[in-house]
Amino acid sequence: MNPTSASVAVSALPGGAIPAQAARTGKVRIIDAVKYYGAAGTGVLAVDHCTFEVPAGEITVVVGPSGCGKTTLLNAIAGFHSLSSGSIYLDDEMLCGPGKLKAEPGPDRIVVFQNGALFPWKTNIENITFGPMMQGRLTRAEAYEKARDMMADAGLRGIENNYPGEISSGVRRRVEIVRALMNDPKILLLDEPYRALDSLTKSVMHEALLEIFYKNRVTIFFITHDLEEAIFLGHRVVIMTTRPCRPKKILDIDIPHPRDYSVLTTKRFREFMDETAAAVHEEATKAFAAGEKER
Amino acid sequence: MSETDLTKLPINTLLDRSDQMSSTAVAMHRLSLWLASPRPYLMMIGFGLFLGFWYLSVEVWKLPRFAEMPGLTTVVSEWLSKNPIYGLSIFVDEYYLHIWVSIRRIAIAFFLATAIGVPLGLFLGWSKRFKQFVFPVFELLRPIPPLAWVPLAIVMFHGSETPVIFLTFLASFYATALNTMLGVQSIDISYVRAASCLGAKRWQIFRHIIVPGALPFIFTGLQISVGVAWFSLVAGEMVSGQYGLGYVINTSYTMVRYPTIIIGMVTLGIVGYVTSAMVRVLGDYMMQWRTRELALGGER
Ligand SMILES: Nc1ncnc2c1ncn2[C@@H]1O[C@H](COP(=O)(O)OP(=O)(O)O)[C@@H](O)[C@H]1O
Ligand SMILES: [Mg+2]
Repeated sequence: MNPTSASVAVSALPGGAIPAQAARTGKVRIIDAVKYYGAAGTGVLAVDHCTFEVPAGEITVVVGPSGCGKTTLLNAIAGFHSLSSGSIYLDDEMLCGPGKLKAEPGPDRIVVFQNGALFPWKTNIENITFGPMMQGRLTRAEAYEKARDMMADAGLRGIENNYPGEISSGVRRRVEIVRALMNDPKILLLDEPYRALDSLTKSVMHEALLEIFYKNRVTIFFITHDLEEAIFLGHRVVIMTTRPCRPKKILDIDIPHPRDYSVLTTKRFREFMDETAAAVHEEATKAFAAGEKER
Repeated sequence: MSETDLTKLPINTLLDRSDQMSSTAVAMHRLSLWLASPRPYLMMIGFGLFLGFWYLSVEVWKLPRFAEMPGLTTVVSEWLSKNPIYGLSIFVDEYYLHIWVSIRRIAIAFFLATAIGVPLGLFLGWSKRFKQFVFPVFELLRPIPPLAWVPLAIVMFHGSETPVIFLTFLASFYATALNTMLGVQSIDISYVRAASCLGAKRWQIFRHIIVPGALPFIFTGLQISVGVAWFSLVAGEMVSGQYGLGYVINTSYTMVRYPTIIIGMVTLGIVGYVTSAMVRVLGDYMMQWRTRELALGGER
């Protein structure tokens, strides 16, 4: 993709003021976060004094071996469970911290789940309109109109009245992201959303996600255990240690956006891969060894 | 690469067809699949073998074990007779009175069991506190078979109607409440979390996630519920009551009207099957998302 088409993609937005404004919100700061599961002494330390920042209007990707505590961290931001100590800020609002260790879940931070969580008993459009209608923010007619527009924009026309069980898993993921974007969230929290997909579908999903990002400039917090995916998508890549998780290495990926799959074959991309592969491999080995010992 | 190339990705072509499939179309589609498969013909062979064995063993071979057993032709001619020897056939009004009385009892008991069991099960699954004080009592009462309640039912309730309905209600109620509770517990926590992310309040989550999410289990419970309702109904009718198919079977036994016993049994089988089928159809209607998923999968 050349720079000209990039500027087209950004400025072709209806209501072009939104991205500029959105770019200033959605910064998340995680400060000295600790999460301990279970009772002291017998429990599991999942997150250990973890501090890093998710810049507004960018894609931050967290990479770490399975079971290291990535989901735990995401759940604390989303407000699904409490931290043991530390604090998390969204822009300048404290989500959780001393005195209030559990954040309230809300439509400013929407999670796209590891296994997908479209409600199977609601049609795609009912899923997409769920947020604004529950919040009472839009009337039914308004919500449906907005949903139809957004679905058409995302190439999802024609499946409005199908159930999620009737569409392929790749399409389901896109419906789920549209459902999140309907609420104009400050940040999207994606927990290994493409884990179950085959590599071909995955590459298509990556480009579709970037396309959505270029249009909306919503801050994205993306979890994965796939380094290539992380470097391809991220402005910033946070490599985690094995459990308990803590940033081991934070990289700013200076490959210019907008990116497409041709990036994978560039020299710069390979350099980033080489620079990080050793660190990731080392943690994966540790995780494997720890897993062996625990059993 | 242009913007449209990226976003207008091809979507499964199956979709276009299923989008236009109404539920009747899905039903017709399934029926034609069924007729094209070997299943209906195997089913007829199964019936043929069963009835053939009955006919041969009683009326042709006259096996000693089946000496008292009414034969197939005896039962069928009695059942279809305008002047039945033992008083009950499809041309006798009393036959339909018995059926009607049984169905009415089932309907009342099933309705009560559902109306009480579903909400109770939903709250048992939804609220830990509620479960902690209700469930132990529930678990203690549940293993008591409905038949053990017969004396107490007769003492507690007046007349012959209420005790029978109460007995019928009991087992249905346990099945419904328990399955509903399991249904709530089976709901993936991600759905609840997703709903709370999207701004749903507690009662909205209950109405939009918990209830529909538990529906597949609720209908499994209701299927079991109609089944056990007939089971305890017949037991109840044999002990108390003046009409009903269980009563027919029991009095025909004491009055040595053996073909009528079989007529009562076969009628129970048919009416019982129809009531379960009705519950299943209602379930398919209320869970079209599942019916459509299964229709796409092709297998049931
Ligand atoms: N609710 C829980 N109770 C106890 N331990 C948990 C719980 N959830 C996760 N864990 C443990 O915490 C660790 C981190 O889990 P998780 O955050 O899901 O890892 P990841 O998402 O990186 O694969 C794992 O060892 C897991 O077993
Ligand atoms: Mg995880």
